[in-house]
Amino acid sequence: MIIATLAFYLFAIVAVISALNVIFQRNPVHSVLWLILTFFNAAGLFVLLGAEFVAMILVVVYVGAVAVLFLFVVMMIDINITTIRDGFLKYLWVGASIGLILLIELAVVFGGWVMSPESEGLRGAPAPAPGAVSNTEALGLLLYTDYVYVFQAAGLVLLVAMVGAIVLTLRRRPGVRKQKIHDQVNRRVADTLEIVKVETGKGAS
Amino acid sequence: MTPEAGMIGVGLSHYLTLAAILFTIGIFGIFLNRKNLIVIMMSIELMLLAVNINMVAFSSFLNDLVGQVFTMLVLTVAAAEAAIGLAIVVVFYRNRRSIEVEDINTMKG
Repeated sequence: MIIATLAFYLFAIVAVISALNVIFQRNPVHSVLWLILTFFNAAGLFVLLGAEFVAMILVVVYVGAVAVLFLFVVMMIDINITTIRDGFLKYLWVGASIGLILLIELAVVFGGWVMSPESEGLRGAPAPAPGAVSNTEALGLLLYTDYVYVFQAAGLVLLVAMVGAIVLTLRRRPGVRKQKIHDQVNRRVADTLEIVKVETGKGAS
Repeated sequence: MTPEAGMIGVGLSHYLTLAAILFTIGIFGIFLNRKNLIVIMMSIELMLLAVNINMVAFSSFLNDLVGQVFTMLVLTVAAAEAAIGLAIVVVFYRNRRSIEVEDINTMKG
């Protein structure tokens, strides 16, 4: 019990500190690295909550894919770091006031929040008893049966994102010599080679 | 599966508070980093992470697995959003040699 509490505070405090570092770092590469630390700590919190599968998915998807994508783009784009903080103070008070208002609103909402007595009956899919099946198995039993259309829709979203990203970034630059495999495969002897009967003493014209 | 919320234990409100703080940091980051579109996208990722923490916390404390299913959906959408957004940033940088928010005014007319 005490270890779980200590672990929660450790993960929570490190997550908040690294999230603050994400937005305050001068260098975007450092921001991405702090973002990765935030995701790792959130994954630790998910494990504490008993959602192991989502925790592992968080690490694989966010750290393995999204953060690496961010890192690629940050390193591909040449940003002038010295001018990046111009107008920092101009927006500081706007952001701070809006953030403060939002935090107060969230505190009001969460402070006056009570669990309704009939909420137990309204659950979509009550979790199985602990120890009966693992979290991963229970999620799989739910995801591939009741929520199979949602699952397929998620796949479609990813497909559209993939096609969109390729369409957006693909460009054909003139003057670049590229291998055209289709042209090479479809090349026929008759297109390139001509056999000429040459009479003796006349020569080929 | 559900941690008991006792005197010293961690209750649902702890997780909700943490998620609220992370969400606010994300909002703050959007306003703060006007010179760098990529950090704004990282702030959006932070906000999505806060939402995910909320959903998993409710899912765990209510013993309802649907929250975790939809957390995975949010993860999918976040990954798609990052891919498309970064592609747009790359194309924009190719055209304008800048990723400042002030420079994105081509469609203003």
